[in-house]
Amino acid sequence: MVKVDGSGGQSSLVQVRDLDKTYRRGGEDIDVLQGLNLDVEAGEFVAFMGPSGSGKSTLLNLLGGLDVPTRGHITVAGDEITHMSGGKLTEWRARHVGFIFQMYNLIPVLTAFQNVELPLLLTKLSKAERRSHVETALGVVGLTDRMHHFPRQLSGGQEQRVTIARAIVSDPTFLLCDEPTGDLDRKSADDVMALIEELVGKYHKTVLMVTHDPVVAARAHSILHLEKGVLVEGKHASQLTGAGGAA
Amino acid sequence: MKFARIIFANLLRKKVRLLLTIGSFAVALFLFAFLYVVNDAFQRGADVAGADRLVIINRTSIINPLPLADRDKILRIPGVKVITHNNWFGAIYKDEKNFFPQFVIDPENQRQVFSELIVPEDQWNAFLKDRQGAIVGARTAERFGWKIGDRVPLISTIWGGGNWEFNVDGIYHGKRPQDDDTQFWLQWDYFQEHVPAGIKGQVGWYVLRLDSPDDAVRVSKAIDAEFANSPFETKTETESAFAASWVKQFGNIKFLIITIGTVVFLTLLLVTGNTMAISVRERTPELAVFKAIGYSDRAVLFFVLAESLIIALIGGTIGLLLSVGAVPALAKGLNGLLPPLVLSPSTLVLGLILAILVGLISGMLPGLTAMHMRVVNALRRV
Repeated sequence: MVKVDGSGGQSSLVQVRDLDKTYRRGGEDIDVLQGLNLDVEAGEFVAFMGPSGSGKSTLLNLLGGLDVPTRGHITVAGDEITHMSGGKLTEWRARHVGFIFQMYNLIPVLTAFQNVELPLLLTKLSKAERRSHVETALGVVGLTDRMHHFPRQLSGGQEQRVTIARAIVSDPTFLLCDEPTGDLDRKSADDVMALIEELVGKYHKTVLMVTHDPVVAARAHSILHLEKGVLVEGKHASQLTGAGGAA
Repeated sequence: MKFARIIFANLLRKKVRLLLTIGSFAVALFLFAFLYVVNDAFQRGADVAGADRLVIINRTSIINPLPLADRDKILRIPGVKVITHNNWFGAIYKDEKNFFPQFVIDPENQRQVFSELIVPEDQWNAFLKDRQGAIVGARTAERFGWKIGDRVPLISTIWGGGNWEFNVDGIYHGKRPQDDDTQFWLQWDYFQEHVPAGIKGQVGWYVLRLDSPDDAVRVSKAIDAEFANSPFETKTETESAFAASWVKQFGNIKFLIITIGTVVFLTLLLVTGNTMAISVRERTPELAVFKAIGYSDRAVLFFVLAESLIIALIGGTIGLLLSVGAVPALAKGLNGLLPPLVLSPSTLVLGLILAILVGLISGMLPGLTAMHMRVVNALRRV
């Protein structure tokens, strides 16, 4: 179970303790996160919600090692990442994190295959092994037949599925999704969410997702709200389904 | 290399911009090679000068003559091995544009002093027996299609005017590629017979060979002291110093060429630096994705520098290859106005090194910017 009171045990895959993040803007300190605690078990699917500027993306960036906290600790799969050097953090990201961005962020001059292959170029895998991994990942997202297409030749939903394939191809410890459906129509959003659910259900991936959309959030096992710099538990997915159905 | 595909895909994303940048490099390196060989041609006189040769001219100016009678006085100075004298003939062959240097020589000592210019023995003997004889440099003979036995008419513009006719008795070759093989030599005696009485017995300058190059300073001072306060004071200097001061008459060619070259390369640096900066700025979110998924800062710097280097190498190679084809054509077009234009392999290597340096420097600033950018900030710029 997801916990936000700091009572989780050492078995948690993600463990966040007393996390502060303060930005300095226009000579003024802005406290975005204040003493935040979080425990996530492996295989969980957690959605973070909250108004704009509440710190959802900041939390995701901290969990993914893209940003460093002002205070506090983050431990993922036993690795304390808050005190890692830049180089170590980069290596850690390559091994443990799969990112899925709102704007897909594919490299436009590379094909779907080549985009998915990017994380594997950092490994010692042979060309044949890389090819096998990429084809498997593209198979999971249902885009084997589009592997030689460039991003401009794909729909928004297909681009996001390529991003998901790129995120899972190196079999990371967890996936971080920042508004994964924010740029998609409802049908494509449903398809992408079904895929993410499949990654959790069938492949036992741990997914932490930021979203504004309650319908999308309702697909998660747990929903956490960011309020005044700390996480509070929201309605469970099953409770939201009814509301989501009306939305 | 597994990253080559990424680098080339990025390079080819804006093909027109890529072609223009490569073109800038090609033009700059072509200009570099051209300026370098022209400067080299001007400076070569000093480079190929014999270390043991001194040139003696009239202190007032090289166009003022010296008496032939001074020769024996100079020869008596210790350290002087052999001496010869020359006059500038300055005639025209058919048309003024057919320029080539013509010298009146002292057949007795010319070959001992200029031993690097080789004339076959039989041809030299034929020349000695022929008062109207001439020895022609191989390049000039080839340029006008002259062969041994041909008769060459020249119109004098200095020595009383009129038509002079010469028989080509021999063709000389320089030992080294950089030796000047464009000269036309004619006999002192024949010259003396035809010049006006007032300038008979006067030479343009002397060239002597020393027993040892170490004697150069002492012998130079001794010669100038010998003729001090005479009607024909002398100025004696090493052949390389003489060649250098000769080039200076055209202005400071070296400074001019270095200045133009520097401006060309600074402009190239700004053009390519700006192009790379724009290219990197356009791709900031993409580079951020690379870093987010685990590519190190150094890898990102490597991508940017590799692109810049490839552009520099392709453009530089094209420019230098163009110069390999163009320099001989240019040399032909100059009709002997300059010493031989030689594009040496070392010039090409230097050009390529310069291209690589410009490529590295122009890619360094945007590369470092990409290297140090914060992923979080860069991703917000999508």
